[in-house]
Amino acid sequence: MAAAASMMPNFGQQISSKNDLVPDWTRQEVSTGTTIMAVEYDGGVVIGADSRTTTGAYIANRVTDKLTPIHDRIFCCRSGSAADTQAIADVVAYQLGFHSIELDEPPLVETAANLFRASCYRYREELMAGILVAGWDRRKGGQVYCVPIGGMLVRQPVSVGGSGSTYIYGFMDSNYKPGLSKDQCLELTAAALSLAMERDGSSGGVVRLASISEEGVERRVILGNQLPKFSTH
Amino acid sequence: MLGETGPEWLSEEVKTGTTIIAIEYNGGVVLGSDSRVSAGASVVNRVMNKLSPLHDKIYCALSGSAADAQTIAEIVNYQLDVHSIEIGEDPQVRSAATLVRNISYKYKEELSAHLIVAGWDRREGGQVFATLNGLLTRQPFAVGGSGSSYVYGFVDAEYRKGMSKEECQQFVANTLSLAMSRDGSSGGVAYIVTIDEQSTEEKVILGNDLPTFFDQ
Repeated sequence: MAAAASMMPNFGQQISSKNDLVPDWTRQEVSTGTTIMAVEYDGGVVIGADSRTTTGAYIANRVTDKLTPIHDRIFCCRSGSAADTQAIADVVAYQLGFHSIELDEPPLVETAANLFRASCYRYREELMAGILVAGWDRRKGGQVYCVPIGGMLVRQPVSVGGSGSTYIYGFMDSNYKPGLSKDQCLELTAAALSLAMERDGSSGGVVRLASISEEGVERRVILGNQLPKFSTH
Repeated sequence: MLGETGPEWLSEEVKTGTTIIAIEYNGGVVLGSDSRVSAGASVVNRVMNKLSPLHDKIYCALSGSAADAQTIAEIVNYQLDVHSIEIGEDPQVRSAATLVRNISYKYKEELSAHLIVAGWDRREGGQVFATLNGLLTRQPFAVGGSGSSYVYGFVDAEYRKGMSKEECQQFVANTLSLAMSRDGSSGGVAYIVTIDEQSTEEKVILGNDLPTFFDQ
């Protein structure tokens, strides 16, 4: 029957919707279901993300890298439509690279954030992208900027995004304090992402972390069995 | 005059947007709720007590449609009174939860309310039951309502087995405060009820006395 479906393309739509031979997920958009988080500390930022990309109920990629470099010391965390966020990140990386060469200086994190905002706001009707821009520059040190769906821009000391973020607002509010060290931020981010991955069906896999400071970028991965565990019945 | 429909909130259903929580400890339970009732964007009651007594030592926490939740609580209150007279002693918490579940399941298509039932009885001590959508399950703690989504991470991280009564009360107050500050449909004051063998204690924490966090 599968062969018959492909030999009669005109009836493809009818056939696929009437029987189970063509799974649902082939017609769903690819989305980074996601939990992402970014925290400022004195001297840099820590960013983290889960690693699940879904098309409907199918996990298209269980080891996705949602932490995308935009410049040497500027990263973005992507949530929403995988295609949209990849395209925007490519555009901004190009624009920022060009701008940095013109300036003959490393670019500001605020500049990168504004470039994201410009694209996300102009095409707000067509796009579905929630992005956290985080990095280090010489002027203001570590910074986190949130560019949610709709295209607004706000700087926050700590920010979460993606479908899994709703579950960890309470945890973030109660556990974040200004003045944490880099290692405390890494622990906080790993714990928050684990909690969200436990509750959100669209988030899961491994936890990817990165810390960005004047010295450079340090990346690490925490595998499933090494994630922090919490006692819940 | 023709075509004038009046303010939107007159035609919006009244919902207890809500955050509710119940947790058991060795010897009793603590229940907590916020106090906001909304009809669309309008807050129609900012001091509603969503912790409703079903019997002397059994309470339920209301969420979802205000009318549906209140009606279920009233009906079960009546059924429990009859049942406790029939058996000649205080009813079990499981019986109260089963009565709530029976209504929630039978009318699940028409109703949209979720009640958490918690209390103390002589046989099993403190117990918490969730009755979402017509299921019945006993849990060490349960959260519900629109505000609960924001605190799943917090309760998962902070809950430990064997907490004392005071630790449970603090846990409930912290959870409600976090949820109320993130959920637009939850707010007002926090009502906390503590039930154990000796007494049933009702307490209110006013807005400015609620625990605060780094950005407040």
